[in-house]
Amino acid sequence: MSEYQVNEKGYYGDFGGAYIPEMLYPNVEELRQQYIAIIQSEGFKQEFDQLLRDYVGRPSPLYLAKRLSERYGANIFLKREDLNHTGAHKINNTIGQILLAERLGKRRIIAETGAGQHGVATATVCALKGLQCVVYMGAVDIERQAPNVARMKMMGAEVIAAESGSKTLKDATNEALRDWINNPVDTHYIIGSVVGPHPYPDMVARFQSIISAETRKQLQEKTGIETPDYALACVGGGSNAAGMFYHFLDEPSVKLIAVEAAGKGVYSGESAATTLLGREGVLHGSRSILMQTDDGQVIEPYSISAGLDYPGIGPQHAWLYKSGRATYASATDDEAMQAGLLLTQLEGIIPAIESAHALAQLEKMTFKGDENVVICLSGRGDKDLDNYMKYFGF
Amino acid sequence: MNRINELFANEGNKRILSIYYTAGYPTLNSTLAIAETLEKSGADFLEIGFPYSDPVADGPVIQHSSEVALRNGMTLQVLFDQLAGLRRHISIPVLLMGYVNPVLQYGVERFCESCKAVGVDGVIVPDLPMYEYEERYQEVFEANGVSNIFLVTPQTSEERIRKIDGLSTGFIYLLSSSATTGKNLAVSEDTAAYFSRIRNLNLKNPVVVGFGISSRDAFMRATDYAAGAIVGSAFVRLLSESNYEKKIPAFIHQLKEIADGY
Repeated sequence: MSEYQVNEKGYYGDFGGAYIPEMLYPNVEELRQQYIAIIQSEGFKQEFDQLLRDYVGRPSPLYLAKRLSERYGANIFLKREDLNHTGAHKINNTIGQILLAERLGKRRIIAETGAGQHGVATATVCALKGLQCVVYMGAVDIERQAPNVARMKMMGAEVIAAESGSKTLKDATNEALRDWINNPVDTHYIIGSVVGPHPYPDMVARFQSIISAETRKQLQEKTGIETPDYALACVGGGSNAAGMFYHFLDEPSVKLIAVEAAGKGVYSGESAATTLLGREGVLHGSRSILMQTDDGQVIEPYSISAGLDYPGIGPQHAWLYKSGRATYASATDDEAMQAGLLLTQLEGIIPAIESAHALAQLEKMTFKGDENVVICLSGRGDKDLDNYMKYFGF
Repeated sequence: MNRINELFANEGNKRILSIYYTAGYPTLNSTLAIAETLEKSGADFLEIGFPYSDPVADGPVIQHSSEVALRNGMTLQVLFDQLAGLRRHISIPVLLMGYVNPVLQYGVERFCESCKAVGVDGVIVPDLPMYEYEERYQEVFEANGVSNIFLVTPQTSEERIRKIDGLSTGFIYLLSSSATTGKNLAVSEDTAAYFSRIRNLNLKNPVVVGFGISSRDAFMRATDYAAGAIVGSAFVRLLSESNYEKKIPAFIHQLKEIADGY
């Protein structure tokens, strides 16, 4: 077992565990006892693979971005999660979890969402399976992301506004947890990132690990070597990064770089750069690194990108950071927006602002010439057009 | 034997009433005065909540009180400073209740030592799981004589209840249903069956029912089966009213059916 994967106690090094009130214990324990057996069963694997292929459109291409490569002096490959059905990597996880929920006999699905991508991906699989769907979304985010709210409603989901706290992702997660406490029998909670109590971080990482599994194969075909020199991804909670890193964790030659959102500057007071600003603590059921006051109150993060606007990171990331296996960098709003525009103009691909944070890291790297770099292009930028237009004045 | 054990050991104590409220609410310095009024009015023990920014087990009333308390400047450090004179004024058992992250940042050992120093008898930390408690913290809790109270819900298996009973040193906190705080206890056969199932386990620890106890009726029904019951949200709602200090005695008397002026 890799030292970077979860151990039998639910921990990644110092991080993880299941810090949950007793009301959630039966559901989380049921998942813990069954998730491995279910996702390794033949029936599950067949249906999961078939849906990823025929419904999501996998494998997603690994695209050698030639003009971007010329600019930076390396072979830059983009893992095109933006081409998935619903426009981001989030659907890999919701497909996996809906099949799991079905096998656990659950009839009602709840989820939290920030920008709405995970909410849309959850509403999508609930429509696909004919299951009831309730999505919690911060009242502020509902205002900011009207098209995604409409998509969820069209697919039959009920969208409930989280009115507590800062009315964003963290608060939507609190409301989803409260819903689960109040509906302990028939409900499954589809968490959208590699956060939450064990086994969620491991389960979500397994569903997202398809990203690096395909990347290895595609790199082999394109370059003759399965492993890149660098693998890059953005990190909010960290699910696309967890998927991008998964099959490279035990390959010391692969340098792993995670890029957090630094908002208006790491120390501006408006940032979501968790590893730089955070300390060890417990949030949403696991021990990790989070932004908090000396008294242990969670600090509201800020990023121009709603998907990175989270005060913690998943426990596996906390461990990759602390152990030094991965490097945690950050990009400001400005750096990300410029990187997003650059990709659009050099390659004709409008990235999600989340993914643009990973692209921004290229500006800060120096390459020897023929190194292979894989970047997870986690989502497409259609949902961000308003933001791009406002920022650049198009 | 600490104050909690003494309270439950006394045969004369039937239908024990505990009141929960949030420290620093409605004003930063109201904590101790409310405790004194509650004791004088006839509450049998107290649970003082220390606020947290993300209280996932709580409904809107206690969420709101936590937000206000944090805005007022309440922290664990401030609370322990306020409680420094606790035992000059209060003789009934006092527990602290809150979420694990503020305790981790304060330091678990220091937290237990502070509890002991000011005379806090026990703590309820719903998101500190049994496994973590046993593995890392049981020793320091016990060394300081601080009872850690565990929760039991209708979905908790008998095996797990037995384990909780073995680890508990004060009482067992029985949730009326799997719910966040502030919902009314439903009058149902299911609830009665659940309460009597628990009673028939003959646990070594007394059982106290909490969550959803908002009226005299709910209090009586819960204490038909359990040693006591806890009123939280309904009391916190009272604290939001003007002149709440004057209304506390009547609130307690009505729950315990003590004639006013008694």
